[in-house]
Amino acid sequence: MKKITFILLAVSMLLLSASDNRVLQEVIKLPAGFSMQMVAEDLGTARHIAVTPQGIVYVKLGKLNDGNNGIVVLQNFDQKGKAGKTTSFGNFAGTGIAVKGNYLFATSDSEVFRYTLDANGFVTNQDKPDLIVTKLVSKRQHASKTITLDNSGNIYVNIGAPSNACQEADRTKGSKGMMPCPLLDSAGGIWQFNSAKLNQSYADGKRYATGLRNSVGLDWNSETNQLYVMQHGRDMLFQLYPEYFDAKQSAELPSEVMFALNQGDDGGWPYVYYDHFQKKKILAPEFGGDGKKTGGEKAVDPVLAFPGHLAPNALLFYKGNMFPESYRNGAFVAFHGSWNRAPEKQKGYFVAFVPFKDGKPTGKWEIFAEGFAGLESIDAPGQARHRPCGLAEGPDGALYVTDDVKGHIYRIKYAK
Amino acid sequence: MLRPGRKCDIVKPRSLVFIVLALGASSMAPINVGAQSGTPSITDRGKEVYDQNCLACHQIDGSGVPMLTPSLVNAGWVQGDKVRLINIVLKGLKGVEIDGEMYDNPMPPLAHLSDEDIAAVLTYVRSNFNNKAGPIKKEEVAAARKATN
Repeated sequence: MKKITFILLAVSMLLLSASDNRVLQEVIKLPAGFSMQMVAEDLGTARHIAVTPQGIVYVKLGKLNDGNNGIVVLQNFDQKGKAGKTTSFGNFAGTGIAVKGNYLFATSDSEVFRYTLDANGFVTNQDKPDLIVTKLVSKRQHASKTITLDNSGNIYVNIGAPSNACQEADRTKGSKGMMPCPLLDSAGGIWQFNSAKLNQSYADGKRYATGLRNSVGLDWNSETNQLYVMQHGRDMLFQLYPEYFDAKQSAELPSEVMFALNQGDDGGWPYVYYDHFQKKKILAPEFGGDGKKTGGEKAVDPVLAFPGHLAPNALLFYKGNMFPESYRNGAFVAFHGSWNRAPEKQKGYFVAFVPFKDGKPTGKWEIFAEGFAGLESIDAPGQARHRPCGLAEGPDGALYVTDDVKGHIYRIKYAK
Repeated sequence: MLRPGRKCDIVKPRSLVFIVLALGASSMAPINVGAQSGTPSITDRGKEVYDQNCLACHQIDGSGVPMLTPSLVNAGWVQGDKVRLINIVLKGLKGVEIDGEMYDNPMPPLAHLSDEDIAAVLTYVRSNFNNKAGPIKKEEVAAARKATN
């Protein structure tokens, strides 16, 4: 047995060390006609990603790299899509990054910065960005400030709630929900700011939508001129309320939901959550619920519901022409992968596609790219070799996906 | 050292990936489920307490959640000072750097657990997940609790 184990180890180490990319690309499954290229490897905690119209790729790092920088620039791509030149700048860590017009926006966990892009898509003021928004709530939990911009000069900032379910004592069994939830004044929603005005904070912006626990993935749908977000649903129904939920129910609930938002909308957190089995908004147990009582009459319904805890970290509406026509104006969602399904197997770790028709989801969704974790059965998220986190569309219509475990950047292309 | 119930097809690349993980990463260490026969031991009870109160965040293999929850595998904080460890269970923990990393999710206090259960779960954790530290007695938990109150 020992000998066999040793041979297996040697063979697999050899395979992986020699051609990690080849093994990985064989493992990641894509629909027919699609293929994947490695744009860059080992960048670190590669969170969100943005590509300029000239094809320059910017990646936001969740932790500063060895050069103490938090934004990576990729350029000079070869025939296989690999970046020939990798540089970095920006002395702040964070998740959010977006290109709009001649500007690159990037976030720390409490601020939004703006850089100017030249005609070739390069930043001209690497050391002196404009401070657009500052002093946003940042308390570690759900602190990532993710962003998107509309076509009218506004930037939308996800300010996640620093809490699971707005209990008096967070994640603590027996602790009641706070009514009303005081966190909603400065978090648990999407805030709108002027993308061209400096030094704004809460008083200068607008709470565009509330009752959203943490919407890491968000994108402006230019077809319907509307903000869409993917919410991370609350955790620990079974651990906090074993009298109402078993471990299996708690692994599937609540739904990870997609909202189409209008100004003033309320997603219902922390008072209600969505249950895709009952197809209802259910009163949270911290606020008197039992898994069956409904609530949230004033809260909006989601436009689509996914299984629980998959962790949607990016949302992207596809506008390009490279992919088949059925993909255009549909949405890609990068699922970072679950932890709160334990002791059930973990799920997620894939990129999904949501078909849209006439500006609305058709109600179906499909797995588009899977296998990032590198193993079929995942007991714990730490086992995953790679986890999808960010999405961007290149000027040619290729889809970029980031991985924040190793910092690999993938490019998915299509050829008939 | 492959875990039971796993298919092991050595031809498929993804299986090889798994083998490397299983053999190479300490976070994949099999879990000692305690004594197989005889009367329930302190680590049997410890596993029960772990499964009910700790597993959701620290995970089935003790490996935690990257960026959110620290790993318990071969961990200095687990195998080190007993009073510090007992106090984490009694008082919870948040915003503290652990081996150079910050973790986003807070640990709630678990003071509602009995001295016996806290001793059992800490003894279980200290002797599993590649940890090799000695047991914690309920009297040590009681003393720490008294010092807190």
